[in-house]
Amino acid sequence: MYLRKAFSAIAVVAAVTLPMSVAVAKDLVVGLKAEPSSIDPHYHNLTPNNALAREVFDRLIMPDEAQQLKPGLAVSWKAIDDLTWEFKLRKGVKFHDGSPFTADDVIFTFERAPNVPNSPSSFATYVKGKTIKKIDDHTIHISTKKPYPLMPNDMMTFSIISKKNGTGATTEDYNSGKAAIGTGVLKFVEWVPGDRLVYERNDDYWGEKPEWDRIIIKPIKSAPARVAALLAGDVDFIDNVPTIDIGRLKKEPKVNLMSSISNRVIYLHIDQFREDSPYAKANGGGKIKNPLLDQRVRKAISLAINRDAIVERVMEGVAIKAGQLLPKGFFGVSPNLKPLEYDPKGAKSLLKAAGLPNGFELTIHSPNDRYINDAKIAEAVAQMLSRIGIKTAVETMPKSVYFKRASRGGPNKTPEFSFVLVGWGAGTGEASSPLKSLLHTYDKSRGFGSSNRGRYSNPEVDKLVEEALATVDEGKRQNLLAKATEVAIIDVGLIPLHYQVSSWAAKKGIDFKARTDESTVVSTIFSAK
Amino acid sequence: MSVFIIRRLMQSVAVVLIMSFIVFIGVNLVGDPVDMLINPEADQAEIERVIRDLGLDRPVHEQYWFFLVNAMKGDLGKSFIFGEPALKLIVQRMPATLELAFCALFLAVTIGIPLGVYAGLNPDSKVSKTIMSGSILGFSLPTFWVGLMMIMVFAVILGWLPSTGRGDTVPVFGIQVSFLTLDGWSHLIMPALNLALFKMSLVIRLSRAGTREVVHQDYIKFARAKGIRYSRIVMVHVMKNIMIPVVTVLGLEFGGLIAFSVVTETVFAWPGMGKLIIEAIQNLDRPIVVAYLMITVLLFVVINLVVDVLYSVLDPRVRLQDIKS
Repeated sequence: MYLRKAFSAIAVVAAVTLPMSVAVAKDLVVGLKAEPSSIDPHYHNLTPNNALAREVFDRLIMPDEAQQLKPGLAVSWKAIDDLTWEFKLRKGVKFHDGSPFTADDVIFTFERAPNVPNSPSSFATYVKGKTIKKIDDHTIHISTKKPYPLMPNDMMTFSIISKKNGTGATTEDYNSGKAAIGTGVLKFVEWVPGDRLVYERNDDYWGEKPEWDRIIIKPIKSAPARVAALLAGDVDFIDNVPTIDIGRLKKEPKVNLMSSISNRVIYLHIDQFREDSPYAKANGGGKIKNPLLDQRVRKAISLAINRDAIVERVMEGVAIKAGQLLPKGFFGVSPNLKPLEYDPKGAKSLLKAAGLPNGFELTIHSPNDRYINDAKIAEAVAQMLSRIGIKTAVETMPKSVYFKRASRGGPNKTPEFSFVLVGWGAGTGEASSPLKSLLHTYDKSRGFGSSNRGRYSNPEVDKLVEEALATVDEGKRQNLLAKATEVAIIDVGLIPLHYQVSSWAAKKGIDFKARTDESTVVSTIFSAK
Repeated sequence: MSVFIIRRLMQSVAVVLIMSFIVFIGVNLVGDPVDMLINPEADQAEIERVIRDLGLDRPVHEQYWFFLVNAMKGDLGKSFIFGEPALKLIVQRMPATLELAFCALFLAVTIGIPLGVYAGLNPDSKVSKTIMSGSILGFSLPTFWVGLMMIMVFAVILGWLPSTGRGDTVPVFGIQVSFLTLDGWSHLIMPALNLALFKMSLVIRLSRAGTREVVHQDYIKFARAKGIRYSRIVMVHVMKNIMIPVVTVLGLEFGGLIAFSVVTETVFAWPGMGKLIIEAIQNLDRPIVVAYLMITVLLFVVINLVVDVLYSVLDPRVRLQDIKS
C-alpha cells in the first residue's frame, strides 16, 4: 500500500500540476479465470470469447441473464410462414467508427461467420442451411428448407460485424483492434495477451450503458490467486469463485457474493450399445453380459445415488440436485420430473429383480479438471454404488485425455468407457440442445447424438425430438420437448446428478446480474446505490 | 578455442534434432486437441472440418515432416487455439519472463553469496546457523505455497504490494519492460523473490561450502602471512575461487529459471511464457508446446556454451587444457 500510496500521490500531483489531465476516470478491474483466445467474434465458439465478443459486437437477438431472448440489433422477429422468418432491424444504430448499421452488415456476417480460416470451432452450426435476403435496409428474411423453430435461438449466438471494417479483415486484424469495430456497448481499446484486456464505454450505445468509463480485464487462472486479488483490492470483481472459499467469503464484510443456477447439468452416461461392455464385469473380474442394458439396473444406479449428500458434502451446498436435463424455468422442461429420492433398499431389490443380487463390478470414468469438483463427485458416486453391491472403481484423468477416450477411444471410434461422468450446458437455452446431442440416437449424417457417449437409442425419443425440431408453434414444441425428456429420463437414458451453480464475488457495493449461461458479461456489473 | 566451440555447436544441433523428434511424437500421443477446441454443440461434420483444417487427419510421421520443413524456414507452426504463429506468441511473452528470471537471478546472487560467504567464514556463529537453517526452508518449501503465503501476508493482510499481474511498462529498444517504473517494481518484487528463493538457498550452500574449503588453502594462509588486508583476502582471493561452482550451477539453473517459472507465473498471474505453456498443455495446443520446448532446448544449449566459455575466462587451467588438446 505504501508503494501504491506513493504512486497515487505522484498521480495526484501530476493531475494537479498538469491542467490538461481530465478528472479521474471511473475504472472497473475484473479478474477472470479464462481469457478469450481471440477478439475476432467468429474465430472460436467458446464461452469466454462469446461473453466478451457481445460487449463489442451486438447480436440480432441478445440473451438476457436467464438466456431469454431479448431484442438486440433486431427489434422484432416472427415466422411469416413455415419456412421464412422476418427480422426487423433496429434503426439509427451506429458502429464505433460512426458508420450506420444496415441489413448489408447482417448479410456480410452470414458470409463470414462460418468461413473463418483456421477456426478451431466455428459458428457454421448456426449459419448453415439458412438463406438470407435483404428486403430493405432494415428488414431481412431468413429462410430454411425445412421448418426451423430454433431460428431466434440461433440468431442469439453470433455477433454482427461491420461490412465496411470487416471486408478482407483477418483474425489478426481483430486482435490488433483494427477491425474490432462493432455496435456494442463497449469499445475495444487494447489486448495484451495474458496480461490485460481494456474496453471503454460506447457513449452512443442504443441500449443501457454501464457507469464505468473503462473496464479492464485481468486473466487470473489460479483460483486462490483470484480470490486473493479481490481481497487485496487489486480487482473489483472476479468470476468462478472456488466452492471451497465460498464459506469464508460469506463471512468477509468487504465482499459481495453472487450466484446463479447454470444451464449445465452434471450427469452419468451409461453404455447402451455393447453386449460386452469393457468396464462392466462379473464379480471377480469375469465376463458378463452388459448389465447396464437392463433398465432395472440403470434405475437401481440412479436410486442408489444420494444427490443431497453430493450437493451438501462434495459441492459445499453450491449446486442444485437434478431430475432432468435443464433446471426449471427453461424452455422445454418437464414439470413432472423430480430428482429421484435416495432409496438404497429399492435399488437393491431392483438389482435382485434383474438377476444380479450380488451386484457386479464397474468402473466410473471422469475428468478431473473440467467441471466443479468432478473427480470428487465420481468418487462419491462410486462409494454409493458399492454400498448396493455394484463394486465401483474410479478412474479420473485430465480433460485433455478424457474426452478423446470417452467420445471415440474404443474400436471403430466408439466410446471407450462403460460409465462416464460428463456435464452439458445448453447453449441455446432450451431443452432441444441436450436432447438432440445426448439422447437422440447417434447419427453422423444428420448431426444427431454427437455427444451421446452411451449411444442410448430409443425410437420414441428420436421421434419426439425430431418432431419438436420441426414444430414452429411454441406451445406444441414445449410439450414435445417435455415429453421427450420424460420418456428418456424414465427409461434412464442418462442419470442426471445436479445443476452447477456459478459464483461471482465483488467488492462490497458492486453488483452484477448473475447469469445462467456461465458467462461474465462485464458491462452488466454496476455499483449498488 | 574455436575448434572447441564448433564441436559444441555440432553436438547442439544433434541434440535439438533428437529433442524435436521426441517432443513431437510425445505430444501427439496424448489426447485429441479437437475435443479441447470444439464447442460441444457442434455436430459431427463440424468436428471433421476442424480435424482436417488442423491437419490432424494426416499420419504422425507426415505431420512431423511438415513441421521439420517449416521449422527450417523459422516457422514452428500456428497455435491451434490462437490461430497465430506459435513462435510469435512465445516471443511476445518472453520479455516478461526474462525480466522475472533476471531479477530473480540478481536477487539470488546479491543476497545468496554474501550470506554464504559469511556463513563459511564464521561457521559457528548463531547468525550463520540461522542462515543455514533458513536455506533448508528455502529448499524444501514448495514454491506455490510460499507464493500464496506471500500474497496473503503482503497483499491481503498488510496491503503493501499488489497481488497479481505485471505493472506499468515502458518501452526500451521496442521491448516493454516494467523494472523502470515504480509500479512495475511493486508488481515484480514478490514473484521475483518467490522465484529466487530456491536458487538463493542453493547459492548460499554452494558459497558456504566453497568458502569453508578455500579458507584452509595454502594461498590464503600465505596471503594472510603477507599481511594482506582481510577484506581483500575475502573479496578477491576467496571470492574468485568459490565462483566456479557457483557460475556452473547458476548457468544451468538459469535455464530452469526461465523454462520452469510456470508455477510462480501462475500464482502471480505474471503474463510470461510459463503461463502460456501451462495453458497450452492443458488445452493440448500442440504447436505451442512443441515450439516452447524447442526454444527451451535451444536456451539450455546456448547457456551451456556460454558457461563453458565463462569457465575459461574465470579459470586459466581450463584454457590451458584446451590449448593442449
